[in-house]
Amino acid sequence: MSDTLKGYQERLAQAFDGKMSEFAGEVSVFVPAQKIEAAARMIHDEFGFKFLSFVSAVDYWPAEKPRFHAIYRFTAIEQKLTLNVRVPVPGISPSLPTLEPVYHNANWHEREIFDMFGINFEGHSDMRRILMPADWQGHPQRKDYPLGYEEPQYSFNFDEIAARKPRGKE
Amino acid sequence: MGIEQKLGNMGVVTARLEDVVNWSRTNAMWPMLFGLACCAIEMMSAQSANHDMSRFGMELMRPSPRQSDLMIVAGRVSRKMAPVLRRLYDQMPDPKWVVAMGDCASCGGVFNNYAVVQGVDEVVPVDVYVAGCPPRPEALIHGIVTLHEKVRKEKFKDWA
Amino acid sequence: MTQIQEVSLDEIRHLVSDRAISGETMLLNMGPQHPSTHGVLRLLLELDGETVVNCIPDIGFLHTGIEKNMEAKTYQKAEVMTDRMDYMNTVGNNFTYSLAVEKLIGLDVPPRAQALRVILAELTRIQSHLVWLGTSALDVAAMSVFLYCFREREEVLHIMELVSGQRMMTTYIRPGGVWRDVPVEFEKAVRDFLKIIPQRIDEYEAMLTKNPLFLDRTLGIGPISAEDATNWGLTGATLRASGVNYDLRRFAPYSGYEQYDFDVPLRTEGDVYARYIVRMEEMRQSVRIIQQALDKLPLGPVRSNNHKFVPPPRSEIGTSMEALIHHFKLWTEGFSAPQGSVYVATESPRGELGCYLESDGGPKPYRVHFRTPSFDNLQVLPFLSKGFLVADLVAIVGSVDIVLGDIDR
Repeated sequence: MSDTLKGYQERLAQAFDGKMSEFAGEVSVFVPAQKIEAAARMIHDEFGFKFLSFVSAVDYWPAEKPRFHAIYRFTAIEQKLTLNVRVPVPGISPSLPTLEPVYHNANWHEREIFDMFGINFEGHSDMRRILMPADWQGHPQRKDYPLGYEEPQYSFNFDEIAARKPRGKE
Repeated sequence: MGIEQKLGNMGVVTARLEDVVNWSRTNAMWPMLFGLACCAIEMMSAQSANHDMSRFGMELMRPSPRQSDLMIVAGRVSRKMAPVLRRLYDQMPDPKWVVAMGDCASCGGVFNNYAVVQGVDEVVPVDVYVAGCPPRPEALIHGIVTLHEKVRKEKFKDWA
Repeated sequence: MTQIQEVSLDEIRHLVSDRAISGETMLLNMGPQHPSTHGVLRLLLELDGETVVNCIPDIGFLHTGIEKNMEAKTYQKAEVMTDRMDYMNTVGNNFTYSLAVEKLIGLDVPPRAQALRVILAELTRIQSHLVWLGTSALDVAAMSVFLYCFREREEVLHIMELVSGQRMMTTYIRPGGVWRDVPVEFEKAVRDFLKIIPQRIDEYEAMLTKNPLFLDRTLGIGPISAEDATNWGLTGATLRASGVNYDLRRFAPYSGYEQYDFDVPLRTEGDVYARYIVRMEEMRQSVRIIQQALDKLPLGPVRSNNHKFVPPPRSEIGTSMEALIHHFKLWTEGFSAPQGSVYVATESPRGELGCYLESDGGPKPYRVHFRTPSFDNLQVLPFLSKGFLVADLVAIVGSVDIVLGDIDR
């Protein structure tokens, strides 16, 4: 890991009283939820990470505080550096400030998180479901949402399942 | 029907109307240009020069459901897509047929979860199921030939 | 079955202009079943005559729940799902996923397997670009290119079938190496393909590059500046056509890409034509990479011999008790990965394909997320298409090279 990146991470952790964790040679900086927009501006303007690779989230249900982690990954193309940021989000009315004004492509990533995890993004320009139908109930990638596994048909239970399986009519 | 031999001998053909109609239906069955996922790429391969599905009178893929006879459901059908698929089917004029191409369209395939319809036969009636993930173009063509056999056996009274 | 979504004007009020409310401009629905949206993409267009005022993409018609479904499977079994995500880049998806698993558990891959991975990934890139070229040329009404491209694509698929037994969904690259060694015919098959493909690429270029009809449809259409392209998260040829040199094979080399000599084609115009030129050149560079990898293809094992994670060879199971136990353990409960999270990105034909993998210490991934290039590349469509004609929109959709399976996952 280069010293420049280490410097950035330490500055970020200092400025937003975050901690750091390391796994497999990659460091993640933890930033509190309400400060992520300021952190993103610092990363974009001061550090020169102009490219947002992705935003995603993880659900640690049944843990409640924090239930979710939002994951951000920033890339500085010229400097050949990448920076991971994790943001803990509580389980009750989860909400985060949007990064859309800083990185335009956060738009759909945040909509996907809203759709899949139910994390609301304040100030987002278009907070609608993106992948699931608009009238869908629940947020599929939460851990308490069932996978929706249907029993496969074998020879011993073929008739029983065929009887209750819906059929398309002419 | 062996029409050539009969014509060569006499110049006159007698055949049942049912046979003639079914024969003509099999030889100009226009599929709808409707790809969903991976199988759509193999459907395109079947259309391309190496496999040449136009040998079966299918060179015209119609992008409009109102001009097509055959719906090839090529790929997995999500819960969001299912009502759209049904509407497309309803817009096709009779007679119409459906081929479920690939495992996902036939039974859900490897995706047994909240998002995917477990077989397109839950939404529309299916005539032929083609197995494979994705099926080879040859398998799709075999499926279509199988459908042709089915169409040749159809009776007028079933349509009435 | 839910009903067809009927969006009221109030719901999308913030996305359309005021003129749409007064009825001055027209709202037109394009897709999900439309021949030029490359799958099941739905675009809601606000049109002033034939000019696009606003374009609102609606995705999710192919949402397959792959990420959630992978959490319910062990690391090995989850891999079959990745093939079906971006179905033009099946090998590349396996590649990315395998690299992520290997990074998570700290597994080394033998050099022969690394070189084979590179060869197959580059063959897939050529194949994917061929499909892109055929279909996007079809969008701008050049029919014959489609037939030419699919002819060469079959050659690649024959090689895929030779090594794995499947044309598209190979699942050949696995954590720890590749499934098995390539058959003896492999090298000749690839060399034969390498012999014909450069001339064939010239053939496509002869049909399009200086064709006045094609130029009219592509030059100056849908331009984007380097700064905007970066900010919108574009990757792959779409970004490099704007002049940003971001190719993950160079940015963070993986699987021995650093030992191959190749150029990263760049243009600065950022329009549809520049993207076309960049992709055509990329195909030629892929040929170069395959040539080098094949020339110095090392001998040796193709799978790691750490049988805690990689199944032992079939021949050993009959003679070695230990191999039998490993085999049994791997195919019943799978292997456990240490607690932690990794992110690995590779250069897919469309751009940065990343796999975020998180483990809780068990045999199943706790969270899998794929950062897919088409998702970000499509997002920019409203920005690119503003002020152009509907016919140009079709060319732009073709030029950003989206795969709906990649977007919706």
